Amino acid sequence: MLVPLEQVIALSAVIFGIGVIGAVTRRNLIVILMSIELMLNAVNLALVGFSRAWANPGGQVFVLMVITVAAAEVAVGLGIVISLFRNRDSVDVEEVSLLKW
Amino acid sequence: MSTGAVLFYVFAGMTILASLGMVLNVRNTVASAMSLVVAMISLGAIYVLLDAYLVAAIQIMVYAGAIVVLFLFVVMLLNLRTDVFPVARSRLPKLLGIAASGWGLFVFLRLLRGTLPAISPAPEGFGGFRELGRALFTRYVLPFEATSFLLLAAIVGAVILAKRRID
Repeated sequence: MLVPLEQVIALSAVIFGIGVIGAVTRRNLIVILMSIELMLNAVNLALVGFSRAWANPGGQVFVLMVITVAAAEVAVGLGIVISLFRNRDSVDVEEVSLLKW
Repeated sequence: MSTGAVLFYVFAGMTILASLGMVLNVRNTVASAMSLVVAMISLGAIYVLLDAYLVAAIQIMVYAGAIVVLFLFVVMLLNLRTDVFPVARSRLPKLLGIAASGWGLFVFLRLLRGTLPAISPAPEGFGGFRELGRALFTRYVLPFEATSFLLLAAIVGAVILAKRRID
């Protein structure tokens, strides 16, 4: 039917790589959170691909779990961003070095 | 090439372009969020091509509908429309990030070659509401219930964190 599973996994790896690049190189905290979302999505794509190849719904169940975790993570992460902005007037990660050794 | 394969490549290209647009757009955070929506919706289309219908619907609803709206809401609340972040002062993190992700990609694809099963036609009803709901409430009921604790913790945490002052 569709494409080989390798290509689905390769697409997932490419998206994950783009997410890693965004999370490592960007300085805007909100964009870093978005890059983390992108990485979670890449993992979801891999899970859906494997679930489809083995015809096992378990992978899709765990995609739902990952989506839940992502939603929770965004709620908490954006709460942190808001309180950070309130204290520092910036969402630049280089300004936030409190935990940096 | 079948229609499904053509559609897969189209949506894969859209996903990659939109993610690149999200990561590389250093001027406008709202545009980044919009690129994220495009990436999410293209991924949802790929899920449909992979017979994961329920996951596709939830992807559109939760990601494109809720999470990105939350991002946009915070961007506009903080008034970050014009992003004033210059490029990072040192080049090192950028180079390291690109090198690390490229290396990871290379190793991953090398490991995968020739070990994966072919995708055969899906069984009847695969990825639909009925099958997934049954799996969710029988075999995977423990992780499903555990997510409710996670959501509770996240709600409490978000409220506490975003509160103006903790008494």
